[in-house]
Amino acid sequence: MSTVQDITGTSKSAAAIDKARAEGRAALIGYLPAGFPGVEETIAAGIALAENGADLIEIGIPYSDPVMDGQVIQAATTEALAKGFSVRQVFDVVAGITSKTDAAVLVMTYWNPVIRMGVDEFSRRLSEAGGAGLITPDLIPDEAAEWMEASDKYGLDRVFLVAPSSSPERMRRTVDASRGFVYAVSIMGVTGARSSVSSAAKDVVAAAKAAGAERVCVGLGVSTASHVREIAEYADGVIVGTALVAAIRDGGVDAVAALTKDLRTGLNREEA
Amino acid sequence: MVRLMVDAPTAGSDKDAVDAFLQGGPSLRHAPGPYFGSYGGRWMPESLIAALDELEDTFEKAKADPDFIAQIADLNKNYSGRPSLLTEAKRFSQHAGGVRVFLKREDLNHTGSHKINNVLGQALLAKRMGKTRVIAETGAGQHGVASATAAALLGLECVVYMGAEDCRRQALNVARMELLGATVIPVTNGSQTLKDAINEALRDWVANVGNTHYLLGTAAGAHPFPALVRYFHEVIGEEARAQILDQTGRLPDAVCACIGGGSNAIGIFHGFLDDPSVKIYGFEAGGDGVDTGRHAATITLGKPGVLHGARSYLMQDDDGQTIESHSISAGLDYPGVGPEHSYLADIGRVSYEPITDSEAMDAFRLLCRTEGIIPAIESAHALAGAIKVGQRLAAEEGDAGSKIVLVNLSGRGDKDVATAAEWFDLLDTDSAEAEIGKEGEQL
Repeated sequence: MSTVQDITGTSKSAAAIDKARAEGRAALIGYLPAGFPGVEETIAAGIALAENGADLIEIGIPYSDPVMDGQVIQAATTEALAKGFSVRQVFDVVAGITSKTDAAVLVMTYWNPVIRMGVDEFSRRLSEAGGAGLITPDLIPDEAAEWMEASDKYGLDRVFLVAPSSSPERMRRTVDASRGFVYAVSIMGVTGARSSVSSAAKDVVAAAKAAGAERVCVGLGVSTASHVREIAEYADGVIVGTALVAAIRDGGVDAVAALTKDLRTGLNREEA
Repeated sequence: MVRLMVDAPTAGSDKDAVDAFLQGGPSLRHAPGPYFGSYGGRWMPESLIAALDELEDTFEKAKADPDFIAQIADLNKNYSGRPSLLTEAKRFSQHAGGVRVFLKREDLNHTGSHKINNVLGQALLAKRMGKTRVIAETGAGQHGVASATAAALLGLECVVYMGAEDCRRQALNVARMELLGATVIPVTNGSQTLKDAINEALRDWVANVGNTHYLLGTAAGAHPFPALVRYFHEVIGEEARAQILDQTGRLPDAVCACIGGGSNAIGIFHGFLDDPSVKIYGFEAGGDGVDTGRHAATITLGKPGVLHGARSYLMQDDDGQTIESHSISAGLDYPGVGPEHSYLADIGRVSYEPITDSEAMDAFRLLCRTEGIIPAIESAHALAGAIKVGQRLAAEEGDAGSKIVLVNLSGRGDKDVATAAEWFDLLDTDSAEAEIGKEGEQL
């Protein structure tokens, strides 16, 4: 069977998702880019996410060439870089949130900044900061030998992506390589709010489960409580990114808290 | 200079390895990918892997299909005008230590550069995959114009991504693409340069991969692009090898090409990689000078990393963020390089050296005045390199008149006239052309 099962005991992401599952609901996962509009604000917003109902938090590392991101996140990360954000500050953000909350905190990063620091060094520092693991939008298991080794060494989760275009064989391979959960891309496209959730999302989740995934969370284009409610019907977790970035951009930490509270209503169990 | 030595790849130090290759080891000419040593691969979002698999499968079948081979041969001959000539540059040679310099005339191809070889091949593959739309990135507009040309010829919809600043400066190339029926989309994200145009093309591809082929313009990117783009440019090296043997009865002592992403270079190198007697040189854009920080000398000063789908040398800062490149030549102004070149640098088979803007422009003018050929500024980097190589050969080995240096003249310089006129101060200061030239316009 897949490694997803074998290491459940040590996976912070799996534990957070299982806790939500025990409450009879899917997990809520919120994304924020580190350093936007500043490092302190990211920490405060991350804490607000956790306090208002997010089970897992995804902190993005601003990168010069974010090919999987749409306009809103690009604008935010470009601004963070222009203000002088440096990669090592992501560990301050992770430590700042994990020291104040019980949420599992993952880092979402394009791969070159990790290579530049050194995969082992990056993993060690993430582990020391209390981080749960990495979500890697441009790293596929085929190229991940170094990361497999380092994540085992430091007990970090490896969240790879699966897409509507993934073949059954690739689906199996990716599920087997993942730990914590598998990130199901809901649509063929980049990050950004959309008016409705793609019907492809349900099929991707089903395919990932058929390939042996224990936990599958859905992201891309999820922005409202009704999207969250819809996806929670079939997925183990729901990932919201762009809407939260727009919230912190327009209304700061208070707006993040308010949106999180609203998104969380999508996960409340139906009144009997 | 010291820094150059310290940061240079292991060229030379792995001499034993490359000697082993050359003495009966496996051929270097047809490296299939996905890896070239530790370079290459697929550092790409999962969403695009199926499309890359489809492209690889289609490409492998096409290569084995006589109909496809015949189609390419027909287009090369009757549309592009191949084989391109091999011209001995006798008066230019006098400035290169007196060695014999031969020019592979890719500037004479339809659309004015080697780019046509790749776009015709990829557009045919797009048709075989049943795709109706191609997208492309472009810096100065050369690959965009070539892509629009191939799309028009084969009846494909064409969308070209181009940095907003480049669109403004290259208004005539934008007009060319539109005349050919393409849609040009200005890219306002990030640094608004070629690398951002590639990012935007990738975003388009992820969203439209069902009906769209990404017609990548250079021998970089995720597998199978580096091997595939090389394949369509191999004709350059194969023709050049036969032509030099025919004209001189022997192989050249050295082969020179300019390197941005490296597609023209890998095309001509291909013909000579397995010939141990032939020294091979790639000339990168040294911009204002490699110690100024304003250059595009990726192999000379970069460090291995991943960008746009491949592991290769990369201009990056200590955080792994891509650094802006600078060159007078838009076609070489890219912070990455094809992975096969990184490998050939590490094993020492090819020597990569920087050429400054100033050296390139001197060679540009020299070729104009000695041979009556206006080269692309990109190709002028190869010419400047050939001058150095010729002088070195003459000094170190003597008997200059018996030495042969082959240069890939990858494109013609019509597009560069305004830049050159500004550089050499040939325009009245208040003329409209002078204003255009100041902005770096390439006509």
